[in-house]
Parts: sequence; structure tokens; C-alpha cells
Amino acid sequence: MRLLRSRPTPPGPASPGDVLAAADGLHVRLGSRDVLCGVDVDVRAGEVLALVGPNGAGKSTLLGALAADLPAARGTVRIHGRPAGEWSAPELALRRAVLPQAAALSFPFTVAEVVRMGRAPHDSSPAEDDLTIAEAMAATEVSAFAGRPFSALSGGERARVALARVLAQRAPLLLLDEPTAALDLKHQELVLRVCRERAREGDAVVVVLHDLGLAAAYAHRVAVLHAGRVAADGPPGEVFTERLLSEVYEQPVEVVPHPRTGALLVTPKRNL
Amino acid sequence: MTVLDKQVEAAAPAAAPRGGRGTAWLIGAGLVAALLVLVPVAGALGAYPIPVGDVWASLQHRAGLGGAGLDRVAESVLWNVRFPRIVLALLVGASLGCAGALMQGVFGNPLAEPGVIGISAGAAVGAVASIAFGITFLGTWTVPAFAFLAGLATVLLVYALSRSGGRSEVVTLILTGIAVNAFAGALIGLFLFFADAAAIQQITFWQLGSLSQATWPKVLAVLPCAVVGLGLAPLYSRRLDLLALGERPARHLGVEVERLRIVLILVIALLTAAAVSVSGIISFVGLVVPHLLRMAAGPGHRFLVPGSALLGALVLLAADLAARTVAVPAELPLGVLTALLGSPFFFWLLRRTRRRQGGWA
Repeated sequence: MRLLRSRPTPPGPASPGDVLAAADGLHVRLGSRDVLCGVDVDVRAGEVLALVGPNGAGKSTLLGALAADLPAARGTVRIHGRPAGEWSAPELALRRAVLPQAAALSFPFTVAEVVRMGRAPHDSSPAEDDLTIAEAMAATEVSAFAGRPFSALSGGERARVALARVLAQRAPLLLLDEPTAALDLKHQELVLRVCRERAREGDAVVVVLHDLGLAAAYAHRVAVLHAGRVAADGPPGEVFTERLLSEVYEQPVEVVPHPRTGALLVTPKRNL
Repeated sequence: MTVLDKQVEAAAPAAAPRGGRGTAWLIGAGLVAALLVLVPVAGALGAYPIPVGDVWASLQHRAGLGGAGLDRVAESVLWNVRFPRIVLALLVGASLGCAGALMQGVFGNPLAEPGVIGISAGAAVGAVASIAFGITFLGTWTVPAFAFLAGLATVLLVYALSRSGGRSEVVTLILTGIAVNAFAGALIGLFLFFADAAAIQQITFWQLGSLSQATWPKVLAVLPCAVVGLGLAPLYSRRLDLLALGERPARHLGVEVERLRIVLILVIALLTAAAVSVSGIISFVGLVVPHLLRMAAGPGHRFLVPGSALLGALVLLAADLAARTVAVPAELPLGVLTALLGSPFFFWLLRRTRRRQGGWA
């Protein structure tokens, strides 16, 4: 079967600043609802882009559209410069990797087997695969339970295994939907450090986050989504203002500099 | 970087998957060896016993590798009665086992099985229709062809009814199976009502799930379906593994999910039709066989798909041998025997899953 089908061509190298994914006037409808109404976003190589915003603002939908999962009702999505719909599934698999919000598995594959699934798009040698898999598992600290069945893991462990699989795919565009949702403090930091590391190596990373403090600390750029539109887009230092965040989240928010480092801290305004 | 390297090294030994490739090879070799033993034994046992050594000699003789022919009666019993039946048992068992493994992979659900969710009953409707109405325009291929078309329609129906949001929930799947089985049963009853006495007798015999009417023309009739199905199935093993992650993640990893599903549903219908058109509804083989192998060698489809075909062939050959030898001179219906052994396993599976994860939701 493999002999009959021509292998998909791998992407050429990207230099920092190249736009690897772009939404242009994007409208997406889910059922009868317009979830995104005119979104413009560029995703650049060498950059961590955080998508933040209240529940139902369209963060996951935007991620799905950038992943070529959801079709555009109007406007366009381009992945590596080409309209999303024109790529075949094997070609896309070499260009973007996606971490879904919930990791499910129908059969009790082991952790190592699940991470190995990330190598499926590649026609690489087993030795190269082994090395990539071991690196991905070390980076997400899941090597210790490589032999255990995925179904026997806790929620946070599963989330890290799913991330390891996505890292093993070695795609230049990483789309991560709430990778920190099930994780403890230490592993939240770990995952975002991994994101920065991948960006430093020249990949484009899009990450949906709820923790604005994490976004402020680790993202190069933040897009604040509000009711299907981009309310603001820029470096966290410019975008995260008390006025904007209080309005978008309909909750008074304080933005203060960290007493030691001066980094931005974002907290809800509490009067306890 | 050195820290990372150390971690990588430490990870390497732990990365060997449980029940790895070694176990799979071992089990595969064991299954082949068991088949090589059981085939001549099945040829030897029966109402007219033939020594196993003579069976080997006759096999070698026919293959032109020396050996010696047997006397006229033994030769006739062996080659006109037992071997067609053995080959048919192997084909039907392999088809059922393989169809079960594929179906569980496509539905992402360990309970999917042609018998349980009504595909076999659907295929049976086609087969019964062709017998009841005396349709023969495709010669010996008429019954398999009708079984295939009806089976295909049923898989598509069950698939469409039981899926929502890219997954099929167990409850929906089983309830759909109940509805489909009931409807197929009603249709079969209706066809029996319209059929003449000879056709009724033929249908009743066939419905019990027996291989006792095996002949070489029957083997030839199901051979195309079974060979095409069994040949295509292993090509999709890797993609079935990825499908375990869910449809979207599988697509993210480069699987053309829609096309994969359509091809596999065709293959499942082919295999089920091959099995049902000769031997009626033999349930639980497609359920039990992949489960046993998954427990022993893990869920990877590269071993599971061909392994299920091998173990299915072995199980059905053994069951058929038991069916025709335990109650001599009478013969137990094969379908009755497999259901008798398979149903308790099904029950145990339900209990075990319930205990471990509070049931299937």
C-alpha cells in the first residue's frame, strides 16, 4: 500500500517570523450559531501565541479552524501559505500537530505506544523515531510510566502523554488546546517552558490558556478573543490592561507588576 | 543537554511495550503450529476414523510429495467430506475473527461484533431471501452476493444510527443491535412464511449455523469474499491504531478517516457475508477472539488483525470438530455450540468492565 502511494512532501524550513498559519476575515458557523465573526490572526514561526478569553469566546473554534478541522463559512485560513482545504491529511500531518482538549483512547495502548503514534506521519528510520519519542517523553516527564496502559493514568498524566505524542510529531506548527488545564503548578510551568523551547527552535506555537498569569509570563503575543472577535492582539505587556480585561471578562481585574521581577500579574479584583 | 540525555537513556528500557513484539510473534507461531496439528486431527476423527498418519500420507500424495493414496472409501471420506468441511471452518472462523477485530477498531468500541450488533442477522436476511425465492441467477455465488449486499446495508445502517460526535456509545450500539436483530428476525420469518417446504427445510438447516453441508463448490462460493477481505484487512492495521485516539486526532496524524471507514465497512461486510452465507449466524467468535488476543499481546492492530483471523480459524475448527464428535452419531449445531461457550464470556466481560470502570458509558 505504501509503495503505491507517493509520500507527502515535507515542509521546507521556516525562518523566524514566517507566517505558518493565518486567519483572514474568518467566519465559522457551528450549527446555527456564528462562533467566529471576522477574525484576523497571524501565527508566526519562532513565536508563542496565546489565545485567551472567556468561555464561549471562540478560542477552541479558532484553533480548530487553524488546524483545518473546521471549514470557514467566510474568509480564509491559510496553513503554510496555502488554503487549509487544499492540503491532504498526510500533508497536513507533516505541517501541524494538534493537542485536543480531552485525550481519549479506545483501547489500552501503553504510554510508549501512544507517543509512538505521533511518528505515524513520518517515514523515518526506527532509530530516529526512538530518539524523538524518548526526547518527547523526557520533555513532558512521562518516561517513568512508559510501559503503563494509558487508561490507568490520572488526568494530568494523560494530558502530558498526549502532549508528548504531539511533540513527537515534530510539526513546525503546534496547536495546543488548554494543555495546562489538568496539570499541577509544576507541570503547568513545564509545559509552557516546552512551548517556549519549541518556539526558540523555530516552530510556531498557538496555545489556548485560561491562566492569564501564565499567558503574560510565557507568550510572545496574546490574542484576546471576545464574542467571536479579536478584542486585542499584541505583546502581553500592551494587551493586558485592567480596562480591557475587566470589560472582556465582565469581572474587575487587577494587573500589577511582580514586586521582584516586574513581570505582569493578573488577578481578579477581590475585596475579602 | 546532558541531563536530558541521561533522562533519555533512563527512559529507553522502560519504553519497551508490555507484551511486546516478541509475545506477538510467539503467539502467532503457536497459533500456526496448533492449526498444523489440528487440521490432520480433524481429518482423522469422525464416524469413519482414519489414522492421522494416513491423513498426512494422503495430503503428501495429493501434493505430489511422495506419501501414499488411501483406499477408495477413506480417500473419498477425507477429500469429499472432511477436507471441504475443514477448509470451510477455517475460512468462516478466520472471517469472523478478523471481522470482529476490524469492527471493534472502526467503532472504537470493544463490544462491536457482527453477531451482537446485528450485521450477521442482516446478511442472513439477504441469504434467506435468495433461498426462499429461489433466486439463482449468480449460480453458487447467489447466496454470498445477497448476504454481502444485505450485510453492507446493515453495517451502514447501524453505523449511521449508533454514532454521534465521532464516537459510538456502547448503549446506543447495543440497543441498535437489538432493534436490527429484531427487524431482521421479522424479515426472515416473513420470507419463511412465503417459502415452500423444501426451501424452509434448507433455511432451517442453514440457520442453525452448521458446516455439515460442506462441499468444494461451497468453499469456492465463499472463497472470493473471504480472501479479498482477509487480504485487505492487514493493510489498515496502522491506521486502525491511530483511530483509537479518536477521529480528529487520527486525521491530525494523516489518516483520511472517511475513506478508511468506507473501505473497512466494505471489508467487514465481505467477511461477514463469507461467514454467514455458508454457515448461518455463528455468534461470539468475532467478540471472544480479538478480546483474548488483546489481553495476551496488547491492542496493536498489526498483530490483532491477522492474529484474530488465525485464532478465529482455530477456534471454529475446534468447535466444529467438537460439534460433530461429542454427541456421535448426532451432530450439534455449530452456532448453538459457539453461543453456548461465547455467551458466558460476554457476561464475564460485562462484569469485569463494570467492576473496573463502572461500566461502559
